Amino acid sequence: MTTLGQATPSPPAISSGSRGRMLFVLSLLFAALAVLPLGLSRYQLGLATEMLIYGTLAMSIDILAGFAGRTSLAHGAIFGVSAYVVVYVISTLNLSPVLAIALGVSAATLLAALFALIAVRTSGVYFLLITLALGMIIWGICLRWTDVTGGENGLRGDLRVGILRDPRAFYWITLAVSGLLSLAMWRLVRSPFGLTLRGIRDSESRMRSLGYNVQAHLFVGFVVSGFFAGAAGVLYAFFNSFVSPTTVALAQSVQGLLMAITGGIGTLFGSFIGSAAILTLQNVVSSYTERWQTALGLTFILVMIFAPHGLVGLLRSVLPSQALRAGQ
Amino acid sequence: MDRRQFLKASTASLAAHGVTRPWVAAYAQAEPIRVGVLAPLTGVVAAGGREMVEGTQFYFDSISNQIAGRKVELLVEDDASNPDTALQKARKLVEQNNAHFLIGNLLANTGLAVANYVKENGTPYFIPIIAADDLTQRARIKNVIRVAGYSASAFTHPLGDYAYKKLGYKRIATISQDYSFGHEQCGGLCQVFTESGGEIVQQFWHPLNTADFSPYIGEISNLKIDALFMMENGADATRLIQQFASFGLKGQLPVISAMNSTDQSVIRTLGAECEGIVSAAHFAEGSDNPVTQKFVVDYTAKYGKIPSLFGFSMYSGSMWVSQAIEKLGGKVEDRDALITTVLGIELTNSPLGKAIKLDSYGNPIYDVAVRKVTKRPDGKLWNVPIDIYANVSQFWSYDPKTYMQQPTYSRSFQGIKKA
Repeated sequence: MTTLGQATPSPPAISSGSRGRMLFVLSLLFAALAVLPLGLSRYQLGLATEMLIYGTLAMSIDILAGFAGRTSLAHGAIFGVSAYVVVYVISTLNLSPVLAIALGVSAATLLAALFALIAVRTSGVYFLLITLALGMIIWGICLRWTDVTGGENGLRGDLRVGILRDPRAFYWITLAVSGLLSLAMWRLVRSPFGLTLRGIRDSESRMRSLGYNVQAHLFVGFVVSGFFAGAAGVLYAFFNSFVSPTTVALAQSVQGLLMAITGGIGTLFGSFIGSAAILTLQNVVSSYTERWQTALGLTFILVMIFAPHGLVGLLRSVLPSQALRAGQ
Repeated sequence: MDRRQFLKASTASLAAHGVTRPWVAAYAQAEPIRVGVLAPLTGVVAAGGREMVEGTQFYFDSISNQIAGRKVELLVEDDASNPDTALQKARKLVEQNNAHFLIGNLLANTGLAVANYVKENGTPYFIPIIAADDLTQRARIKNVIRVAGYSASAFTHPLGDYAYKKLGYKRIATISQDYSFGHEQCGGLCQVFTESGGEIVQQFWHPLNTADFSPYIGEISNLKIDALFMMENGADATRLIQQFASFGLKGQLPVISAMNSTDQSVIRTLGAECEGIVSAAHFAEGSDNPVTQKFVVDYTAKYGKIPSLFGFSMYSGSMWVSQAIEKLGGKVEDRDALITTVLGIELTNSPLGKAIKLDSYGNPIYDVAVRKVTKRPDGKLWNVPIDIYANVSQFWSYDPKTYMQQPTYSRSFQGIKKA
């Protein structure tokens, strides 16, 4: 949706000073996250791990939604396919986890390439609908191809072996992987390639007349974003040791998108804030009332009204510090 | 009174009470027994989920929320009919709320997800509703026990036998929801029916939430068959039974069904169109057994409806586990002892009105009632037993080892004997 993209304030020019500060803030944050396991209960740690995984997924969606102006509803499916491949390769084929990870990420990237071929010709609501339909196809396949996917029941296995069994170790691995992935994504959107994507978001026709191959850029953007969603899917497979059609369902894509929106579209790191906010709400509110979905819905409406640029946008408007601005 | 004084005073008074009434002090120190209840309170099967919670509460209220002098604390979490949520909530109950054991879940996929989780950490998990065959067969997990539940094909085995031998059907067709619970129930019937000598003329599989059954009913009415077997859950059951009747087939073509198709949760919304359908199950709310009748009357008085499978199963499952804890003197923390004791309990006072126990795979052995939907004098419909198969194993008459060598029932394997 181009409107979402246009609503994003254009980022300030990056001076070396602001980049230094930015890296400083990020490494502080990273260090804070790294000592988190020492103060959290096992369950809270699991929740924090989940926040990182979903944050990575939301971030991959933000690459397209925030920087290319293309809102995808297929990323849940890409994420889930990678999880399916990992669980299948390990528990059914009994192959090595390393191979499973490679195959999972490749499957997600290939799927994203296939989706991109079909979807990049469109924009706005048509892009939304095509990616929605493509995601639904994947969901249908996972539900009906019972011999391979286990149908409704999904696939299970013992994926957490050895050191992965320890929730702290698993958290640190997830933190390291999602940290690296998000740095890569951050670098990507600041690269000349990322700037081209932003140019396409702001005016496709201008970019075309400047001689850019708009579709090729969008194609690459989609595939790269799919790669990141797939990597998050691998983490998810190991986290849960379980995958079922709900993992590839539309609700998964929508949830990822809502996390990106709640954090602030086009802010990248806001995705982690969005994911933390939504998962906390889900887990806290649902213990008090079975109407927790209503509460969640109301919260989204409130966010849309009072913080249209997401929580990061809200933070920026109340404390307009350089550091936060640099977090763009 | 400063803090030091307060501490002294309270220690003294505690000690005094401890000396005079040591048993009270012992109980007061004991933490409550924390029961983690997982039920779908939102999502596609929310109606069943609410009845699950009712059944659980109904039982624990009946024992004043006390087992062996320890208070019972029910921690109810919504699994949202979604395996990912179920897993998240199971983690919360075990790791955050320190639940001593988990009980519940309705949909097989939510149960399988939680079972995979407790496999790693050893938390006892009781599944009175989850019917996936393999949880007590090929993929048995030591701490997952089907108290007061049933494996999907366990009741359709005897139904297949009854259909051929007592009802005299030779050729039948099946229509079933296309997912594993459907495949397993349908497979159980097909295997026993064809091995007895019957023929499965055709099998129809339709997606969950089919709104219009007319294409299937059209084809069914053209088949030369003696009866139709249907395996439907929830709204699909309501729709198929209604549409079958409005096509004028009711009375022309007899219907036998999986127990859940004529469960109270379905037939309490229906009228005469479901009368006469024959199914097989452990629980028949229309049984004249006085214990069953007392349960039905009390439950109806409290919740305003005849209990369904969901209410009954959670009630009986809770009773089963509670008796084991009682036997352990409340020591619910000892997981191994709890599991062994639950496996060894012979439950005598369940609403079934007869003793039940578990086989060595953690699945109950029941007297299975063949039931017929019948109208009560007050116009309400219920399932009345018309025949009994005593002591039915989940493996029917097969040797467990040989039986488990055949694949799990699926769309491609229905156990149909080739003529």
